[in-house]
Amino acid sequence: MNQYVLNHLKELEHESIHIIREVAAEFEKPVMLFSIGKDSMCMLRLAQKAFHPGKIPFPLMHVNTTFKFREMIEFRDQLCKDIGADLIEWINKKGVEDNINPFDHGTQRYTHIMKTEALKQALDHYRFDAAFGGARRDEEKSRSKERVFSFRDKFHAWDPKNQRPELWNLYNSRVHKDESIRVFPLSNWTELDVWLYIHYENIPVIPLYYAKERPVVERNGTLIMVDDDRIPLEPGEEPEMKKIRFRTLGCYPLTGAVESDAASIPEILEEMMLCKSSERQGRVIDYDEAGSMEEKKREGYF
Amino acid sequence: MTRADEVARLGIDKFLETYREKELLRLLTCGSVDDGKSTLIGRLLHDTGQVFEDQLEAAKRDTKRFGTTGEELDFALLLDGLEAEREQGITIDVAHYYYATERRKFIIADTPGHEQYTRNMATGASNCALAIILVDARRGVLEQTRRHSFIVSLLGIRHVVFAVNKMDLVDFDQKVFDDIRSECSDFAAKLQATDVHFIPISALRGDNVAERSESMPWYGGSTLLDLLETVHIASDRNLIDLRFPVQYVIRPDLNFRGFGGTVESGIIRRGDEVVAIPSGKKSRVKSIVTFDGELEEAFAPMSVTVALEDEIDVSRGDMLVHPANASKLDNSIEAMVVWMSDARLEVGGSYLIKQTTVQTPATVTELSYRMDVNTLRREDAKDLGLNEIGRISLETMRPLAFDAYAKNRHTGAFILIDRLTNATLGAGMIVDRRSAEATLEGRTARARDAGRHIRSQLSKVSIEDRSKRLGHQPVTIWLTGLPRSGKSSIAFALEKALFDLGHGVHVLDGENLRGGINRDLGFSGADRFENQRRCAEVARLCNDVGLISIAALVSPLSADRAEARRIVGEARFVEVFCSAPLDVCESRDGHGLYARARAGEITNVTGVDAPYEAPASAELVLDTVKHSLDESVEAILVHLRDNGIIPA
Repeated sequence: MNQYVLNHLKELEHESIHIIREVAAEFEKPVMLFSIGKDSMCMLRLAQKAFHPGKIPFPLMHVNTTFKFREMIEFRDQLCKDIGADLIEWINKKGVEDNINPFDHGTQRYTHIMKTEALKQALDHYRFDAAFGGARRDEEKSRSKERVFSFRDKFHAWDPKNQRPELWNLYNSRVHKDESIRVFPLSNWTELDVWLYIHYENIPVIPLYYAKERPVVERNGTLIMVDDDRIPLEPGEEPEMKKIRFRTLGCYPLTGAVESDAASIPEILEEMMLCKSSERQGRVIDYDEAGSMEEKKREGYF
Repeated sequence: MTRADEVARLGIDKFLETYREKELLRLLTCGSVDDGKSTLIGRLLHDTGQVFEDQLEAAKRDTKRFGTTGEELDFALLLDGLEAEREQGITIDVAHYYYATERRKFIIADTPGHEQYTRNMATGASNCALAIILVDARRGVLEQTRRHSFIVSLLGIRHVVFAVNKMDLVDFDQKVFDDIRSECSDFAAKLQATDVHFIPISALRGDNVAERSESMPWYGGSTLLDLLETVHIASDRNLIDLRFPVQYVIRPDLNFRGFGGTVESGIIRRGDEVVAIPSGKKSRVKSIVTFDGELEEAFAPMSVTVALEDEIDVSRGDMLVHPANASKLDNSIEAMVVWMSDARLEVGGSYLIKQTTVQTPATVTELSYRMDVNTLRREDAKDLGLNEIGRISLETMRPLAFDAYAKNRHTGAFILIDRLTNATLGAGMIVDRRSAEATLEGRTARARDAGRHIRSQLSKVSIEDRSKRLGHQPVTIWLTGLPRSGKSSIAFALEKALFDLGHGVHVLDGENLRGGINRDLGFSGADRFENQRRCAEVARLCNDVGLISIAALVSPLSADRAEARRIVGEARFVEVFCSAPLDVCESRDGHGLYARARAGEITNVTGVDAPYEAPASAELVLDTVKHSLDESVEAILVHLRDNGIIPA
C-alpha cells in the first residue's frame, strides 16, 4: 500500500482532532460532556491527542442522574485522577430533593428531569458556549442528519429544519450570548470504529462492557441489573446471577444487558458482528416511537 | 459478502486487522425525489450486510405505513430519519450513512433532490471524492442531471458515476442506456471530472448494484459496488504543496511551544525549512510531535503539532509553507459562491469570511455574473438569492493565504457568515483566473498600501518631536458601548478636562460624523463597518498631527473594533468600554431611539435587534451606572497619566 495513505481509522482520528482543536481555539468556554461510556473514552483520548504534550484545556463534565452503575462512578473518579483531568459532576439537586426516580415517575419524566433538565442547568450555570458530546451519526436515524457543530438556541433547543450548512472542515463557531454549540467529534465514527480504536489504542473501558456473572431481573424481555437496593422488586421477582455484559451504559434501571461470554474486545466484536440487532436496542429510553430521539433532541437532550 | 461471513471466514483477529486497514471513500449521491436514490442507498446497505434485523423489521412495518412499493420492501425506509420528512415522503437535508465492504469503508452523503438541492448538494459534496448521479432510465437526461453534474464539478469532485436506474422499467433495453450515456458524455466533457463512469442498474431489484445483472448480459462493465471498491482515489490528494494552517498554539510550559494544525496538503518533514505566512519569518521544523511519539514526517490530512527551531511569532491563522512553494497572499480574491440563505448577497455586502483558520470581515466588491444552473449560462445579476451560484470578488480586511480551489480543496475554500445573525450564508471556491482589470487594480491597491509607509518618511517632523512640543502622546481614546450608555457625555467632558489641562484634543462623535463625512452611510452591517473605518482613519490622521482624538461610537462588533485598533495602531489605541445594562440605557432614551426600535419603526438598533459584543480586553471599563460623569472622566485621566500619555 502507498505509504502516504491513511487507513480509515487514522483518517477519522485526525478529523476528530481537528474538530476538537477548532473548538478550543474559537470558543470562550468549552466543556466536554463525559458519560464514562466507550464513546466518551474514545473522545477523551482524542482530546488528549489534540493537545499533547499540553493538558486538555477544558473541563470534563458528567451529568450524574444518581442512578448510574456504581462501577461507572468509581471508574470515572480513578480515571480523572490518573490523567489529571478537570472533572465537574452535575446533579439536579431539585430532582434529588423531590426524589425523582425511574420507578415512581416513569422513564420519560425521570430522564427529562435528571438528564435533560440537569444538563441544561449545568450548561446555564457554567455558561459553557460549546459542549462536546460523543454521539455518532450511525447510532440512530435522526442523528444521521446531525451536524458536527450543532447549533442550540438559548433554550438549548435544536431545530432540525434550520441547521447551518456545514462544508469542508470550516466550522461556523459564531454564537450570541446564551446560545451554544454542541460538538460531535465522533460524528463519522461507527460503533465498530470506536471499539476498534479502543482496542488498538489500548484505551481502558469500564468492565461493565465485559461479560461477568451479575445479578439481574428480567422485565418485559429486558435484563436489568440489580446494582443496588433502590430497585423495587416485584412480587415473586428474585435476582439471579447471569453472565451478562452491556452494549451501552446509562442508568442501571434503564439499561438492558445482554447475555454473553465475551470478556475481551475482539470477543465483544465477534458477538456484535454476528449479532442481529442494532446497538441502542439495549436502552429502555428509546422504546417509544422511532421519532422519540428527535423529540428529545429538540428539547435539549443530546 | 456480509460482515458476518467475513468474520466467519477470517476469524475475528484477522478480520479486525483487515478492517482497520480499510481505506475511506466519501461519496455523494445525487438525484431527485423519484430517481430512486434512497432506494439505492438502502439497497447498498442491505446488500453489504449492514442492516440489522430489528432495523429491517422496522422498515417492513414502515413499508405498510408509508411505503410506495406495495408489498415489496421499500429500501428507502431504511434511511429516512426525521418525522417531518417521513410525512412528506422526502428527504430534507444532508444525511450520512456508513458501510464497509471487504476493501473499503464508505461514508455516503445523501442529499435531496427538491428545491433546496443546490445548498444541500454543495454541503454534501464538499468532503466527497466521488459522486453517483442517478438518472431515471424512463425519463433520460433532464435539466437536473446537468445541474447535478455542474455542482459536483464545481465542488471539485473528480470521480463521477452516472447510474442509470430503473432499467427494469425499460425492459433492460441497451439502446436506452446507450442514448443516455452518449448524452451525458457530451456535457460531462465540459466539466472538471476526470474520471466518468456509466452503469445500468435497478436499485429496487439489485441489478448491477452488488450483483451482476442477468437481465443485462450486454453490459460488460463493473457493478456499482465493484467500482466503488476499486476506483483509484489515492492520487486525488495533493501531496506536493505543503499547507499547514496553524490552528492552536500548544504551550504546556516555557520549554515547549508547538503549533497544532492539520496538514491540509503536502508533506512536512523534520528539518524542513518553513516560512510563516503572512509574516515571512523563516525557521526549520525541529520536531513533529504527537501523542504517539515524534514523527519524521506528516502528510495530508494528518493533525499534528509542529515545533520550530527558532522562536518566531506564529499564531492561529498563520500558515506554514515551504519557502519555494508558497500560497498566494492577498486581500482581494475572486470566487464562485453558492448562496445558501434567504438574505440575498449584494455588492457592497459585508460579511465574515472563514478560510482555513482565519476569520475576518470581507466585503463583496463585485458580482460578475450569476450562473443559471439549469442552462449553465452566465447572466448579469444585481444580487444572489438562495440556491443561486455566482462569481464574486471579495476584499478581506486581513489578507488571506490561499490557493485556487481547483488546486487545493482546503486552502481554496471558504464560508461567508452573517455578521449579525451568525448564520452561514454561502460557500465559496476561490478561482485563480483574474481579469486584467483586477490584476491592474491589485497593483493600484498595493501602491495605495505602500503610501501608508511613504507618508511618514516624507515628514521632517517626527512623532516624537511633536509629542515633546505638545506635552502628550497623541492617542485615540475609543469609547464603545450601547446607545445611551454615556459615551458622548463622557467624550465631551473628557475633551473639556484635557483642554483645560492644556492639551490639543478633539471629539469624533458617531452621531456628529454621520452629519458630514459619513452622511452617505446607513446602518447596515457594511455601512456601520465603513462608518467606523472612516472614523478610525480620521482619528489616525489627527494623531499624526499630534492631537488626542476621542472617538465615541457604538462600535458593537469586536472584529470592527479590532480593525479600528489596527488602523490607529496598537500603541496609540485606548479602548474604553462604557458599560451599562440595556434596561438602564433604554430608560435614558431621550431621543426615543429604543422606543422606535421596539415599535419596529427602525431596525438594526444595537441592543434591540442587532448584537453588541462587549470587549473582552478593553484598556479601561467604566461602569456608567455606578459612577458619575466626573468619576468616569477622572478614571480615564488616571489611566492616561499612569501610562505616560499625559504628564502626571
